[in-house]
Amino acid sequence: MIVDVARQITAEKIIPQRAELDEKEEFPTEILRDIAKADLFGLYIPEEYGGFGGGSFEMVLALEEFSKGCVGIATSFAASALGAYPILVSGSDEMKDKYMPEIASGAKLAAFGLTEANAGSDASGIQTTAVLDGEEWVINGTKQWITNAGDAKIYSIIAITDRDKGPRGASMFVIEDGDPGFSYGVKEKKLGIRASSTRELIFKDCRIPKDRLIGRRGTGFFTVMKTLDLSRPGIASLGVGLGQAALDEAVLYAKQRVQFGKPVISFQAVQHILADMAIQVEAARALVYGTARHIDSGAKEISKESSMCKVMATDMAMKVTTDSVQVLAGHGYMREYPVEKMMRDAKILQIYEGTNQIQRNVIGQALNKEYSRSK
Amino acid sequence: MKIIVCVKQVPDAKDVRLDPKTNTLSREGVESIMNPFDRHALEAAVVLKEQYCGTVTAITMGPPQAEETLRDAVACGADHGVLVSDRAFAGADTWATSYTLAKAIEKLGEFDLIICGKQAIDGDTAQVGPGLAQRLDIPYVAYARKITECVDGTIRLERLMDDGYDEIEMEMPALMTVVKEINEPRVPSLKGKMKAKKMQATVLSAADIGAAPELLGLQGSNTQVVKVFSPHFSADKCMLAGTTDEMVDQLLAKLDKLL
Repeated sequence: MIVDVARQITAEKIIPQRAELDEKEEFPTEILRDIAKADLFGLYIPEEYGGFGGGSFEMVLALEEFSKGCVGIATSFAASALGAYPILVSGSDEMKDKYMPEIASGAKLAAFGLTEANAGSDASGIQTTAVLDGEEWVINGTKQWITNAGDAKIYSIIAITDRDKGPRGASMFVIEDGDPGFSYGVKEKKLGIRASSTRELIFKDCRIPKDRLIGRRGTGFFTVMKTLDLSRPGIASLGVGLGQAALDEAVLYAKQRVQFGKPVISFQAVQHILADMAIQVEAARALVYGTARHIDSGAKEISKESSMCKVMATDMAMKVTTDSVQVLAGHGYMREYPVEKMMRDAKILQIYEGTNQIQRNVIGQALNKEYSRSK
Repeated sequence: MKIIVCVKQVPDAKDVRLDPKTNTLSREGVESIMNPFDRHALEAAVVLKEQYCGTVTAITMGPPQAEETLRDAVACGADHGVLVSDRAFAGADTWATSYTLAKAIEKLGEFDLIICGKQAIDGDTAQVGPGLAQRLDIPYVAYARKITECVDGTIRLERLMDDGYDEIEMEMPALMTVVKEINEPRVPSLKGKMKAKKMQATVLSAADIGAAPELLGLQGSNTQVVKVFSPHFSADKCMLAGTTDEMVDQLLAKLDKLL
């Protein structure tokens, strides 16, 4: 049912508009409204907050469908979940009551603010600070490359509250569009996912009420890690959907392109490329679905699995989209065909929500921990 | 506000083929969909409901499998579905169909507004909407392209014309048929789909609606399909020569022969 709804939105709303939104670097406001009307923003949000009560698996299915159409649009949708997870993971009941229903209905878009000029892969380099002043937190600093920034209304951000406490010195906060001292940078120009918006979040003595602290003071890093553990299978599923779409385009093209008097799909050189693409897409899908089920089963340790599927599916997407351009060759390189966009869109998947190198660190550390424990 | 939307299940126009032997529509393996114009009618009704509160009831006349279209309607925002179905309705033309729908709608009780698509893509007559309004003795506007306002029992709308549009104010209860310019139909929602799955459509038979048997189906139809055929296109060409008057005469003679 989720797949049917998401597939129809992709076919009727996303695919007809993706090239234009990419070309004009335009935010897909209308399409996100369609997704909201179809109740999909609440997919992973518990029913008591107006959501559908689904888990990781439901989210993965929807994202896979959207990304078959456009990863830029799917990213805008997914980034709202990324902004909502910290509140779901660590927020108080009052905070969930306040923010979840409007995120679930799609009335307000959310976003997540971690990265800074000197803090991306190295989260400990965060320089944004939050200082308690009476009943208010005063926030100063700048967040960089924030997806949905400027278009979202609710932001979950991390800031240092006690620098000398190391990993326990950071806390997460909810920032609302319009908070005093809070503004946005200019819209960034990107290689791919150009329908999504990316801007800076700028805090200059931004004052917010005390109760905007998400969870307890000092739990910021914990919340961020937990959030990313939950969100990475979503990014992996964007890779699966994108890879599938690139494969579909390549096969359809190879069947109708005639060279040397035959459709090019009849040549083994082309068949083998397509076969390898199909193998990789299917393997990645199996890993992503397996990981999502593992998370939904209530497993405690999910970092390793979550990172593994992110790495595999997104490296796959880069490879498969590149191969798809190769199969379409000259046509594939032209903007008239959708595969060059797919290849441009694929690159970010290996970078955002933790580069694939950082994911391998996470996997390596988890292995180290696991094997020390078993001895 | 109580809104009724008339929907029709039609074969997906993308797949329609004529059986070359029998010259009838070959429905085998052809997917059925909600008539596309009815999707716009439904969307208009759901938007009105969201704006002014009320209920949206989707009604269809057809065989039992037409219930699928009512489920689609519920998935896209209708509250309930009514299936008007009876063997006695088979073979109905627009005259008998509008009679049957009118009897069924009378049976459902009071309403404020009936919305139909401007026409169905299978029959293309555009007659059932206006016919239904006549039967129910209510005002109607065909080809509505915009609903401006709906207050105090009056609806204001725009009617698409060849050379622009008319602004019309109409007392309710009333009927309107809509063109596709009126809106962009939404896709079904998750909650709607779940509701649709559980929905038990109200089924009304000829006896339930108290219809006169002689006015139903083929028997109650003033028109009958005698023959369906694919028009024959000939690629024959001929050049006319001479003065303009001569060429006109030659052309008229040729046309005369064809008729």
